[in-house]
Amino acid sequence: MYRIMKYVMLDILKNKILLFYTLLLAVLSWSVFSLEDNATKGLLTLLNMVLLTVPLIAVIFSAIYVYNCGEFIELLVSQPIKRTKIYISIFTGLSISLLLAFLAGAGIPILIFSFNLSGLHLIMAGIFSTLVFTALAFLSASLTRDKAKGLGIAILTWLFFALLFDGIILFLVFQFAEYPIEKMMIGISVLSPIDLSRILVLLELDVSAMMGYTGAIFKEFFGTITGRIFTILLLLLWTIVPFLIALLRFRKKDL
Amino acid sequence: MIAFKNINKSFGRLKALHDVTLDCDSGSTLALIGPNGCGKTTLIKSLLGMVVPDSGQILFNGKSIYNEHLYRNSIGYMPQIGRYPDNMTIGQIIDMIHEIRQPQKPIDDQLYKQFDLKNMADKKMRTLSGGTTQKVSATLAFMFNPDVLILDEPTAGLDPLASEILKEKIIQEKKAGKLILITSHLLSELDEMVNGIIFMQDGKIVFKKEVELIKTETGEDRLSKAIAKILKSANHV
Repeated sequence: MYRIMKYVMLDILKNKILLFYTLLLAVLSWSVFSLEDNATKGLLTLLNMVLLTVPLIAVIFSAIYVYNCGEFIELLVSQPIKRTKIYISIFTGLSISLLLAFLAGAGIPILIFSFNLSGLHLIMAGIFSTLVFTALAFLSASLTRDKAKGLGIAILTWLFFALLFDGIILFLVFQFAEYPIEKMMIGISVLSPIDLSRILVLLELDVSAMMGYTGAIFKEFFGTITGRIFTILLLLLWTIVPFLIALLRFRKKDL
Repeated sequence: MIAFKNINKSFGRLKALHDVTLDCDSGSTLALIGPNGCGKTTLIKSLLGMVVPDSGQILFNGKSIYNEHLYRNSIGYMPQIGRYPDNMTIGQIIDMIHEIRQPQKPIDDQLYKQFDLKNMADKKMRTLSGGTTQKVSATLAFMFNPDVLILDEPTAGLDPLASEILKEKIIQEKKAGKLILITSHLLSELDEMVNGIIFMQDGKIVFKKEVELIKTETGEDRLSKAIAKILKSANHV
């Protein structure tokens, strides 16, 4: 398994897009921290950028990569090696490469300018965004043989969670403003991995006071240790479940 | 050695394999022939686990291959159209397969030498011609001394010289007592290589016979003519 992972990583690390992604994150983070004299404000700005770019790059890059791996997979499937092993190796190799790019681009400046719990939480949010959206890319690629369709599904997934989901929440909040929906909001925010990552960092930054009564309820729930473990477990589920579905589909796939 | 038991496989509405039952014993060299789209490649791919049959069982040395992978250590497969990762070089591909298979037996680099792949080891797969890709496929199939060789249109796309090298190699392995399964449309070149014919049509096995038997039955001494005669008489009926 390690061997296949090695080949996948060697292949990706040579890729110029990944280098570009690392540079982009580095430029963003260094400039944000240099422009803001307050590291917390810098973190907040960076949080929004990370939650927008990291899932986008992860989902598109991974989806394209999985399709391009078609030949590689075909070659390996006729060899004495388990299908699940092939798929897991590709997933691990791909996520490790993307994580390395994220840690080199954004992780280093975050650690330099804001070496505290908030900074570490932002890095964690970035790591989970990468993992979750890589898994979602595998899921979209497993749904169809058509590369264009698969990529379309992957991009729509990102669009939904990054933009549309917040719109839906806003709509609900306005429609049901008269009702006590704060508790329900917790349930709804669980449905989006990006929101979960955001909550993880925002509560650590202690800016939840700006979010009014809902913020207080959120703080009461997610702010505790149990709440935090719950969030992390949910993000793990967001990684494992889509990948598992993709893996089960791959086991039965005709090549 | 290999037994297919009531294999069915459909791709959507198309029925690719229809209740296929077939036994292949070690030591025989079999040609799998039939018109385009009759299910030859699907049958081969289901043996390799690349295609999962809808129903039926495939036994390799008496054990079902379903969800198994170790049995593929004893199979060398040469695909009809070898598809390889674009960015890898010939050398990398061979090294990778070598690392995955971790052969216990000494490797057989005869084809590697004869096809002169050493001088091309640094070439990326993307830049190779169809024929050179076929050479890589053939080399990989024979390299690990497998007990079973599955060759899907082995000589298609090869130049006459390479094709001759490959045929020599097939005959050599046949003498070594391996089970070899070849699909081909070139009946004339099968003549010297195989000792049994499996004829498929519309996803069904029409017959499986010894070459000698076919020749005596039809009264022809060349395989291509004998098969043509059978096909003609089948069309009249």
